Amino acid sequence: MSGALYDEPRFQVSGDRVLLVALGDTIDLGVNEAVRALTERLRRDPPKGMEVVLPAYRSLAVVYDPLATRPAALESAVRRRARHLDGSDIPPPRTVEIPVCYGDDFGPDIGFVAEHNRIEVPDVIAIHTANPYHIYTIGFAPGFCYLGGLDPRLHTPRLETPRTTVPAGAVGIAEAQTGIYPLQSPGGWRLIGRTPLKLFDARRKNPFLYQAGDSLQFVAISVETYRQLHEKENG
Amino acid sequence: MAIFRVHQPGPYSTIQDRGRFDFQHMGVPVSGALDPFAHAVANDLVGNDADCATLEITFFGPELEVLENADIAVTGAAMALTINGVQAPQWETLRVQPGDRVDFGQAASGCRAYLAVTGGFDVPVVMGSRATFVSGAIGGVAGRQLQSGDILSRGPGPLLDTPRRLPWQPIYGTEIHLRAVPGPQDDSFPTALGTFFSEFFTVTGKSNRMGYRLQGPVLERDPAAPKSIISEPSVHGNVQVPPDGQPIVLMVEQTIGGYTKIATVVTADLFKIAQARPGDRVRFHRVDLDEAHSLYRQWLDYLRLAREAVVPGGQGQGERM
Repeated sequence: MSGALYDEPRFQVSGDRVLLVALGDTIDLGVNEAVRALTERLRRDPPKGMEVVLPAYRSLAVVYDPLATRPAALESAVRRRARHLDGSDIPPPRTVEIPVCYGDDFGPDIGFVAEHNRIEVPDVIAIHTANPYHIYTIGFAPGFCYLGGLDPRLHTPRLETPRTTVPAGAVGIAEAQTGIYPLQSPGGWRLIGRTPLKLFDARRKNPFLYQAGDSLQFVAISVETYRQLHEKENG
Repeated sequence: MAIFRVHQPGPYSTIQDRGRFDFQHMGVPVSGALDPFAHAVANDLVGNDADCATLEITFFGPELEVLENADIAVTGAAMALTINGVQAPQWETLRVQPGDRVDFGQAASGCRAYLAVTGGFDVPVVMGSRATFVSGAIGGVAGRQLQSGDILSRGPGPLLDTPRRLPWQPIYGTEIHLRAVPGPQDDSFPTALGTFFSEFFTVTGKSNRMGYRLQGPVLERDPAAPKSIISEPSVHGNVQVPPDGQPIVLMVEQTIGGYTKIATVVTADLFKIAQARPGDRVRFHRVDLDEAHSLYRQWLDYLRLAREAVVPGGQGQGERM
């Protein structure tokens, strides 16, 4: 699948109930695909004593019951399932469109991002919406995506002083990363826009709009469309 | 059925249960009672099963008015519990009736008390749990800590025929000893590992349900080791070392992180750090994974023993039952 993959999974102890399994040591699409494939196999065919499996970029956490298994037995069960990992184990990825109203009050830092990169504001929008972004993993906050593939022409340092309040749906840039704040929180990302979609809503049957391995495609919308969609989301 | 009216909420009182386990991969942390022992015993003392929700009270307690007959029990931190102004015992069943005032003071030892009520606190189950996760605005009372004027309800459940008590009480000292397994990134700290397992650290005021920030000797990393790692799943008990070299013991409101972790506190000792207060001293003791697993078995035995040891009888409140 990828040259960045280890020949064999590597195991680390993370306390008395968790084994960390690393499949590579870089942020790499192939490694990430292997992580998701192994996660699927473990979920479908859980080794004795495994409680839950938590995938990340290049590693996954296997949470186990120490009364039901021994670490050595769990390791070999994981090794067996890690043989010949390929994409056939993974649910087909989807591309989820995220409408974003860029600039003005919704993206107060878009001018800074443009100046910093010596481009114009419309270029920021054009570059940011040009390609989908792969969701490597989800964590930190409910529905927060760690996305890959931000164009180097948009890389911008974080704010010197983080804002005390960033609204839910804010779309921002921090160094080589772009992402969306799913919930209102403090934050230091440069804000370029906002989506009217609720990325996380516990009242929905499925509280989330995507899963790790899917891609997000940002689509620029007008203020009017933002208002309409916002009303629909909250109505 | 409505059981309490909240007159004063206390600085941080939240409904908690054992936790929310099914959405960690979507960034939703486990949450739940930080001190599982005190939470479980409180439930036992009023005849609830272990899944019932209790009120986790941090450092300073609320003032509650009772609206219905119920059995209650308060465990965990010693918090100057009074009923109608009269001092009342913790770690045993108390019968309350409409109009009673249940007031808490400041924690004299420990940091978190747990109030259980017959039937458990009844709040909607959100994503499989009643646990409050404040920054995600889910669980508990409207996803937040208690506020003045809240009315709390309880689930169905019979009152006890005989009050119960735990014949011993844990002591929450100001010097806390935590056993920990090195890893997952102990190899980034070849020299600091010795410091970590031999020096004292002090609990700072910047400690909460996300993590306990400690202050002490700087834990130097191998100059060749990376300052941070590619973000990976984090676990309750991981001891994270940010670039400033001051350790943070991760608690229950984390899912993923990019800081290196020098060691992980064993499950059996997590309640001790949950009861730590700013200024307390913490010392880590190295154990290997085999020892950690026998400690885990002993911990489950201890929880079972506490359950069996909850006996009929009480001292201070016999006439109240």
